[in-house]
Amino acid sequence: MNPLSLSTRRPFALWLGALAVLFGMLFSAAPASAADEASNPDSTTFSIGGIIKDGETLLEGVQILVTGEAFEETGTTGADGRWSVVVPNKGEYTVALQLETLPEGASLRDEKKATKTVTVDLVNTVNVLFALNDTTSTGDAAGEGSGAPQANVFLGRLIAGLNLGILLAMAAIGLSLIYGTTALNNFAHGEMVTLGALLAFTLNRILGIDLIISAVITMVLVAGSGWLQDAAIWRPLRKRRVGLTQMMIVSIGFSLVVRYVFQIIYGGDTKVLSQGEIWDIFGVPTQAVNVISAGIAVVILLLVALFLTRTRLGKATRAVADNPSLAAATGIDVESIIRIVWVVAGALTGISGVMLGLFVQASWDMGFSILLLLFAAVTLGGLGTAFGAAVGAMVVGLFVELSTLVIPSDLKFAGALIVLILVLLVRPQGILGKAQRIG
Amino acid sequence: MDWSLVIGNAAAELISPTTAAYALAAVGLAVHFGYTGLLNFGQAAFMAIGAYGFAVSVLYFGLPFWGAVLASLLASVVFALILGIPTLRLRSDYLAIVTIASAEILRYIVSTTSLASVTGGAGGLSAFAGEFYAMNPFAEGTYLFWPFDVTAKDLWVRVVGWSIVALATLLVFALMRSPWGRVVKGIREDEDAVRSLGKNVYSYKMQSLVFGGALGTLAGIIFILPRSVQPGNYGTGLTFFIWTVMLLGGAATILGPVVGSMVFWVLLSLTDGLLQGLVNQGVITFLTTDQIGPVRFILIGLGLMALVVFRPQGIFGNKKELQFNG
Repeated sequence: MNPLSLSTRRPFALWLGALAVLFGMLFSAAPASAADEASNPDSTTFSIGGIIKDGETLLEGVQILVTGEAFEETGTTGADGRWSVVVPNKGEYTVALQLETLPEGASLRDEKKATKTVTVDLVNTVNVLFALNDTTSTGDAAGEGSGAPQANVFLGRLIAGLNLGILLAMAAIGLSLIYGTTALNNFAHGEMVTLGALLAFTLNRILGIDLIISAVITMVLVAGSGWLQDAAIWRPLRKRRVGLTQMMIVSIGFSLVVRYVFQIIYGGDTKVLSQGEIWDIFGVPTQAVNVISAGIAVVILLLVALFLTRTRLGKATRAVADNPSLAAATGIDVESIIRIVWVVAGALTGISGVMLGLFVQASWDMGFSILLLLFAAVTLGGLGTAFGAAVGAMVVGLFVELSTLVIPSDLKFAGALIVLILVLLVRPQGILGKAQRIG
Repeated sequence: MDWSLVIGNAAAELISPTTAAYALAAVGLAVHFGYTGLLNFGQAAFMAIGAYGFAVSVLYFGLPFWGAVLASLLASVVFALILGIPTLRLRSDYLAIVTIASAEILRYIVSTTSLASVTGGAGGLSAFAGEFYAMNPFAEGTYLFWPFDVTAKDLWVRVVGWSIVALATLLVFALMRSPWGRVVKGIREDEDAVRSLGKNVYSYKMQSLVFGGALGTLAGIIFILPRSVQPGNYGTGLTFFIWTVMLLGGAATILGPVVGSMVFWVLLSLTDGLLQGLVNQGVITFLTTDQIGPVRFILIGLGLMALVVFRPQGIFGNKKELQFNG
């Protein structure tokens, strides 16, 4: 046993402990204070929710207005067709399905039943069902036979796919930068997406801070968590010369820990993050907030591209990704580049988490379900190439959404992963990858 | 707190069919990772193939018990080939990503509502093991002693499950002493060296993938014999549990996965029982009984991290035998 390993072992354990405490403080503080504000402890939160589907197709983006007891909130269905609104106390509420938010072709069996009255009393969660005309069993898409609605459905999926792709791209670039500079397959990357979404939920919906300010604070906090992860876990492991496979398994363990800490703090249900008006984009009703986030995401992606190609720091980052030893030999401080990469990756992934939260709603395991799409994006684009990750993410996003025109929507993630395997068969180095990287 | 109940429950895990199934799946994974060096992160998929292959064969195609077992093994061989062909020539981390992706694809497919008539959708499948229990040679009654006392039905599952684990362990022991075993261990250490000796590395890796996968499939069948098939059981979490079990005992050891599985389940049952007791008695107030489930995952995650950093060779392993290289 040499003195080096003795001196590095103890800080690692200390850091792990400190990290656990920090995580604990960070997350237990926020919801607790929120609970005080609303003067109802966690065990007695009440919610109204349900699932909206057209035959077998789960409908996304349908809005439901809940009013009553001097309270008013709109719930929106996520990709799984579920919506949920947390109401302040027991009592009678009016639940109104916003007919105009139903996708083209879907309609209620009885228009008069768009508004229902429910009582939240003995059961904490009340389910409200709306019966829709089953249009999916007659044809593969709504409104078969008439060209216009079909084109509209396609356009809707196309816009949703571009939107998803752009949001995934930011997180994928984060993952790719980390992979490029440290060769780590970070299985805990999805948890930074979740952290972004849940922090935004805490700041915006529980503490009532303005969404934009919440997003900025979230971005800073998740960037900080990136720095903390590197400082507490990955740098000590690099110093110990722990193998990459071991590091990958450590990231799996870390992902399990963080994910279930989220579940303990936030519970297993979906947190509704998005709200606000609906815009008409080429005849497709789209949540305004998603359009705005896509716009911001494009700007952020352009800034990242400028950073990587035009600044000294960005060039150094790419040099480290290309060949760490050579970069070190030319005088680049590889460790500090890695630290910067973790912070930048955290910021990108955090903001991506906020926007994905607005897009598909936030839940404790959302990041993990997206993780494989991120890996698909990074691998499709070419492992370790930042621009490849962005291209890969767009392909994955578009494929996920457009595939629902052909396959059942609960298989859309599977479709994207099958594409990943097919691409590996034909072009294993990915779209922008260099052939020698695959070993 | 009823200590005898907590300890009895934990001890009963030593011989439970779930422990046997995890042990067998971990033996299969040890063939992949411990001996051949393949990063298979889709062992849950092989178990799902066992579970669904068996249950669907019986319920949907009306096959007899042995037909259903053969059908699931055949399916697992086909799956291993599909998995191996695009990835075994690539760097090891590609295999990791593709196996985990394939496992998720399989889970999406068995839980989609559009195939609910075959796979039961999100509800899963049940009542497929009638023929297996009809073969039970034990007469009705209670067998063994506290805390292992079981009914005749439970005893039958345990005897079959652990016999298969024993046979598989012996088979792996024999294989790893054979020339075949020396070649795959050589691939783990240095693929290029083995290639330069004229061995077809790709083919050996494929054989290892198929063999370990078949063990995973048998584990999947043992796992579901005493319970129903639930699609939610076959997520990535299952794969990570099997990894923890394998690394706990020692990835490149014969008995490691079996002991790892016993230690894993006894510890889980003990912590579950203790936490339940402490929460019910009001000693622990910051958790509710609903939150004990997540705590188990957090402990597994922390255990996995600590294990792989501080004792990568596991309980029995020899540090020189298993060098993680990546």
